[in-house]
Amino acid sequence: MSKQIKEYPTEPLKCWNEAKTLRKNYYEDYLNAHNRGGVRWAGGAWTFSAIPAGLGNDVYFITGEPHGATIAFYKDFASKCHDATEAAGFPRTLCAYMRNYWGAILLDKFILADGSVVDGYPAPDFIWQDHICCSHGKWYQVVKWLEKKKGREVPMYCVDVSVGYSLDPSKPLEEYKSNYLIQQLNDGIDWLEKVTGRKYDDKLLCEAVWNEMKSTSLWAEICALNQAVPAPLDEKTMYSLYVMGTLMKHRPECVAFYERLKEETKDRVKRGIAAVPYERFRVITDTQPPWGFLNIFREMEKYGVVSLGSLYTFGLIGMWEYKPDGTWIAKPLPPKKPKTREEALRVIVEWTLNKPEWAHFYRPELKTRMMKSIVDQWKANAVLLHYNRGCEGLSVHIAENRLGLLEAGIQVFPFEGNMGDEREFDMAGTLGRLTAFFESMGLKKLVE
Amino acid sequence: MITAGVDVGAKFVKIVLLDDGKVIGRAKALVGFDVGKSAGDLFESALKNAGLQRSDVKKVVATGMGRESVHNKPPVNAEEVVSEVVADAAGTFHLVPTAKTVIDVGAEEGRGVKVGEGGKVKDFVINERCAAGAGTFVEAMARALEVRVEDMGLLSLKSTQTIPMNAQCCVFAESEVVTLIHSKVSKEDVSKAIHDAIASRIGSMVLRVGVEKDVVLIGGLALNPGFLPPLKKELNADIIVPEYPEYVSALGAAIIAAKGGV
Repeated sequence: MSKQIKEYPTEPLKCWNEAKTLRKNYYEDYLNAHNRGGVRWAGGAWTFSAIPAGLGNDVYFITGEPHGATIAFYKDFASKCHDATEAAGFPRTLCAYMRNYWGAILLDKFILADGSVVDGYPAPDFIWQDHICCSHGKWYQVVKWLEKKKGREVPMYCVDVSVGYSLDPSKPLEEYKSNYLIQQLNDGIDWLEKVTGRKYDDKLLCEAVWNEMKSTSLWAEICALNQAVPAPLDEKTMYSLYVMGTLMKHRPECVAFYERLKEETKDRVKRGIAAVPYERFRVITDTQPPWGFLNIFREMEKYGVVSLGSLYTFGLIGMWEYKPDGTWIAKPLPPKKPKTREEALRVIVEWTLNKPEWAHFYRPELKTRMMKSIVDQWKANAVLLHYNRGCEGLSVHIAENRLGLLEAGIQVFPFEGNMGDEREFDMAGTLGRLTAFFESMGLKKLVE
Repeated sequence: MITAGVDVGAKFVKIVLLDDGKVIGRAKALVGFDVGKSAGDLFESALKNAGLQRSDVKKVVATGMGRESVHNKPPVNAEEVVSEVVADAAGTFHLVPTAKTVIDVGAEEGRGVKVGEGGKVKDFVINERCAAGAGTFVEAMARALEVRVEDMGLLSLKSTQTIPMNAQCCVFAESEVVTLIHSKVSKEDVSKAIHDAIASRIGSMVLRVGVEKDVVLIGGLALNPGFLPPLKKELNADIIVPEYPEYVSALGAAIIAAKGGV
């Protein structure tokens, strides 16, 4: 170990165990919902999850992408899911999360947060989804079809969000876009009442919408704290923290957790507590990582490299406001909490359509611009781009983003892989190339 | 000052002994199952041929995919390891100071390296999980054609027609070669199709980092005369092939050792 390299103090996150418990309870609550007389639904992490909250406090749900990622993390189970999906005739080029999810249904097995697998896939009572990408649109149609083969009829509602992101983030969102979504959500509430036989409670909706806005703004504040040198959080750890927003962004538990996490992260910044003791090179990544191989981040740390996050980690859940100078700040909440259904729907639609991660579905240069802003503002030295074969949505235009970043003079390291299919990631090869990249940046391994 | 570069590649170990910038010894041998032993045996033999002891060598730097097998392990006891990309750039810059783009095609990997000032790496690209852009591809196709791998290049130069090969994967390419054989396409034309396919694969990969003159080709495939013409065409550029192209990475490692390490 070179004596010239500064060593920062480190310490474990105090709220780590709370994060683990929240995730554990989340999957168990969904599994056991019917035993408690509750309702359960399924849909994507992008869906307007605050809307079904108006059905009552005993409504439990499972979001598909984090579930697909959990399966991917446990490679043995993931492998069984791939086999089952391919045997059922689905090609391996489809979204890997989706294939993992379908595989679990086909196997009739359900994986919990700790990797334990229980028999009997808990079918949802209804599906509440949106069309953020082609896979998201078809994903639950197939779920519905697979469940029907088991003799279960699962009603499905899907919100068309194709009006998309504001193409000029400096201007207010076009009203017709909001109206298009609000109309669908209003219809969706009628549909929810019909399929569940429950009376819809607008107060619960307003509460859930406000919680979602708070938790997504809080997550952005937490990410903004990672601009500090040394960074108080590393991305591998952040994956276990941001996931709460992908699972339950509208729940009060999520708000409470992020409030505590924000305070703890602020305290770490104040005391100079680092995520990586020998931080000397800061990178950001892009899109989902290969979930079965997260130890690659630990390998990077041996070179004194900290991954600060990514547009994905910051922007999938975090809500941001873009300043005219290109900088980002956590989006402040509106002055008052919504009190009616109409107010709640409008405010959550306008809030959601500004989500940064929506941008590159529509214009790759917006994503490049955002990545450049993150590099500047978070003081990153390079960008690691995952050419993720497992996600058509978030991988679209990555090669163009690479060129845009290079043109801006930013060092880029692309690598191929798959977020959810371990057969498509070469850990040894990727590490070898990463080593070459770090060496070309003048970095040597500091610890074995 | 004597230094050594040891390139433990996928198929061959290559060693270069350097004395004040001058090459005083080269050695090459197949890598056996015991990678460390193959490299160690060759290293000892190279030292013996040069009339040297290990203690005469001030520093050894290892590179190549098997570099860790000789890192601080006797008899090589390489004090440092360096990635192939950095070694490629250093070795090429030493031989061709005007080089801006290095293409290294070895048994297992194809690489494109943009070289900056002083032989530093500006950018690079490496083929991912596919042998279709590496020397192994030629070997597999030679087996399918039942010709010696050494003859593949010359055979391709005798081709009279261009046959497109669509497969981008070694396994599917072999099926395609078999189909071409069954279609009575000559071995010369199939051989050219194979070299065109590799050149296309490597060319499109290198274009990702950009091609800037001078372009230098190194690695084992640079010894194959059938590879250079289609690669030149693919990149629309003249390509320099230095003497002993398969040793350039080892030379780079020896130069890095002479400079005191990474």
